[in-house]
Amino acid sequence: MSGTHGTRRTSGHRPDPVPPEATAATGGTGDRQASLDAVARRAREVVPAAGVITDHARLRTYECDGLAHYKVTPGLVVVPETVEQLAAVVRACAEERLPFVARGSGTGLSGGALPRADGVLVVTSRMRAIREVRREDQRAVVEPGVINLDVTRAAAPYGYYYAPDPSSQQICSIGGNVAENSGGAHCLKYGFTTNHVLGAELVTPDGDVVELGGAAPDSPGYDLLGAVVGSEGTLGIVTAATVRLVRAPEEVRTLLAGFASTDHAGAATSAIIAAGIVPAAIEMMDALAIEAAEAAVHCNYPQGAGAVLVIELDGAAVEVEHEFVGVERLCRDNEAFEIRVATDPAERALIWKGRKSAFAAVGRISPDYIVQDGVIPRTALPEVLRAIADLSESSGVRVANVFHAGDGNLHPLVLFDESVEGAGQAAEKVSGAILDLCIGHGGSITGEHGVGIDKAAYMPRMFSDEDLDTMQLVRCAFDPHGISNPGKVFPTPRLCGEVPGKHKGAHPLQEAGMAEVF
Amino acid sequence: MAATSSTTGRAGTTDDAARAALGSACERVRDATPDDAVDGVGPALVACPGSTAEVAEVMRAAAAHGLTVVTRGRGTKTTWGRAPASADLVVDLSAMDRVLDHAAGDLIVETQAGTRLADVQETVAAAGQRLGLDEMVPGASIGGALATGSSGPGRLATGTLRDLLIGVTMVRADGVVAKAGGRVVKNVAGYDLGKLVHGSFGTLAVVTEALFRLHPLPAARRFVTVPVEDPAHADRLTQAVVHAQVVPGALEVDVPADGPGTLTVLLEGIAEGVLGRTTATLDLLGAGATAGDAAPEGWGAYPWAVTATGDQRASAVKLTFALSGLADVLSAARRGPAPVHVRGSSGVGVVYAAIPSGSDPAAVAGSVGLLRAACSRHGGSAVVLDAPAAVKDVIDTWGPVPGLDLMRRVKEQFDPDRRLAPGRFVGGI
Repeated sequence: MSGTHGTRRTSGHRPDPVPPEATAATGGTGDRQASLDAVARRAREVVPAAGVITDHARLRTYECDGLAHYKVTPGLVVVPETVEQLAAVVRACAEERLPFVARGSGTGLSGGALPRADGVLVVTSRMRAIREVRREDQRAVVEPGVINLDVTRAAAPYGYYYAPDPSSQQICSIGGNVAENSGGAHCLKYGFTTNHVLGAELVTPDGDVVELGGAAPDSPGYDLLGAVVGSEGTLGIVTAATVRLVRAPEEVRTLLAGFASTDHAGAATSAIIAAGIVPAAIEMMDALAIEAAEAAVHCNYPQGAGAVLVIELDGAAVEVEHEFVGVERLCRDNEAFEIRVATDPAERALIWKGRKSAFAAVGRISPDYIVQDGVIPRTALPEVLRAIADLSESSGVRVANVFHAGDGNLHPLVLFDESVEGAGQAAEKVSGAILDLCIGHGGSITGEHGVGIDKAAYMPRMFSDEDLDTMQLVRCAFDPHGISNPGKVFPTPRLCGEVPGKHKGAHPLQEAGMAEVF
Repeated sequence: MAATSSTTGRAGTTDDAARAALGSACERVRDATPDDAVDGVGPALVACPGSTAEVAEVMRAAAAHGLTVVTRGRGTKTTWGRAPASADLVVDLSAMDRVLDHAAGDLIVETQAGTRLADVQETVAAAGQRLGLDEMVPGASIGGALATGSSGPGRLATGTLRDLLIGVTMVRADGVVAKAGGRVVKNVAGYDLGKLVHGSFGTLAVVTEALFRLHPLPAARRFVTVPVEDPAHADRLTQAVVHAQVVPGALEVDVPADGPGTLTVLLEGIAEGVLGRTTATLDLLGAGATAGDAAPEGWGAYPWAVTATGDQRASAVKLTFALSGLADVLSAARRGPAPVHVRGSSGVGVVYAAIPSGSDPAAVAGSVGLLRAACSRHGGSAVVLDAPAAVKDVIDTWGPVPGLDLMRRVKEQFDPDRRLAPGRFVGGI
């Protein structure tokens, strides 16, 4: 759900409305408008007229994704219906050396679909066929514009579902999920998109169509599919995905437990993990997040809770029934003062409603907020939550915490009011400090939302120059001309013709004054 | 003494300058012996570095002197793939054999690449945990398992190293050390280089350290086995089990070259759960199904003798297919000119076939051709992992590889001078 209450930003700390990486020249020279016109002409030859958009007012409707803080009006928008059309457009971009950016549903939280003013936005929303569902192979083949939840809806009559379940699954697209390697609450047990995508049809930045992987696992050769999933649109555009379907579990049991503090809830989580139990999900919310959820959806969580856990077990009925008893006991042993067990799907949905509404809900208690996505080792949870609380207290900036307790993926919601002078900067400072905390504890700057434009500046804090250089060898192989979603993920692009080695400092084009900074 | 193979490899050579450079780079460098040959291609030298830094020094020296390099873990799968075009230097990682860290509370373990899989299991078992990977070849190293993408019955429940790897340290052909991933399971920062090196046969970089996610050791396990009469029967039972609610930890078929085979379901979990699921599985599999605590013979082992060498080797084939292709693949195994023993996961669509040593290479080729066609009909592939030289000479061991051009471009970026295990991998990479 995109932020409807005030501005929502993620960890962006830049004062400019558009960071330089978003617009640095890709190396193509010549008249950009002429190139855009050439691509538009080529697009009109293959794509139905309604799918080639040049009208400025309509272009503006694509100016941002779920990260509404950054806005760039694309030079051209194309909405192809088939892989042939999409490949023709990309080929035209390649010929003109124009950058292109892919967009699914535009719900991403890291600005991965932020367009280029000098480039083409390729929107996949009309490529939304579920090409096949094969129960006997536990597979489905879907196009990138298919909505995540619709895959599950198509598989449900066969007793199957598509496991990766981001909170935005009612509107986010499979193509976007593949680009970001999306997770969701149930990834603790079931893994992420990369564990559920077995094959993909990819349009490379040259405009060629290649098959990666397939219906069977372990394709011979390099696991290029493994590199493409989570590459955030920088290695081409996926136009079909073969996904794994999982047998819908025989039994699902959900409980909501109220604790006096996040320390108690964290201890309960550790106890459950230590007992060798692998729940399908363990989610935690702190008092401030609970307050917001209550205001938004009236989920009626336990009164006075310093923290709640939503714990779900699924699997064979006989297994779940016995394990659940153990989970309840461990919660009580760790001083849960109230435990509610869902007895039917409606109660289960109500328990989840609070958690799933959390991001949007903070809009009720704060005009603006930044949502973070850092990861820490689970055992560091109490220490990091305390550090976040200290940060909040010393800075006067409120932070609501919602997170995947099972795997240490935090979603701190840093609350502020843009209209108060200095509040935005203070919030960004706290937000950045939280990311540093995650890195300092051996974690990650992003667990599921992606780096995009939002966290590219933090990549050098997590990875060395050599690490980033090595990753970019892959990019050079797929996209030697740097036209596939340039400016995302890596703060300093690697010039692909050069000898491998260290790169330091600003991009040479920026230094030469050739890169544009708005 | 350097050996040459009947295929293309030339004996390894190094000049005095190269030897001196390697000697400065690494404490332990020695002349190669015939035992160090890589599928018949003899290197000149073997380096045994003890740390990532030392590996980097070795690779820098090798780069400076244009040496081709083959990396070796514990040498259990040295003959997999094709014989390298050349192997001047073997980088042996067996001295890098320590578990570096086991964070039990976070369910992660960090190891060096030369660590024995068995040692990892022993370390993490102390906290009631396991690395979800079967040791298909006794004595195998983590690095070798990663480089060859080897896996066994348990992949149905826990995936392969592709799914378990969360962080990796590698040394590039130019000696640069790079890391990807990290210490946490949830991590989408940057490209997933771990997946890229998984199954890459040492042709992209030298992996020196890796981090993996762990799983709890199950409290109870039971095996339910039933004889299978024919491919259609194996297919029916497989479909019944995968669509049921028994949540198998593994689902394996074992079909010899002649006669009936068996299908076995492994159930793991808490005692009460395993009890109930065992009863349900016995019902599913029907008459003749029996339950027991012991793994059936050959469980978690490839269907060929892993210690055989030279012409004593069986032809070892990896077959992949969409699940519903099982009957077709098993029929193809029976139809060909050579005897084929099939064993593997019908629940995943990955099985292994063994054709005895001494089989006529033309017959092996005929059987592989039929198997490859069957797998291909079901979206999969047939790869000859290993075979006697005479068989490798007459068979396209890797088979067709979609996306090969893109793979070549990736190889060119990582190893522009083509010095890492040249010729072992797909498309001559």
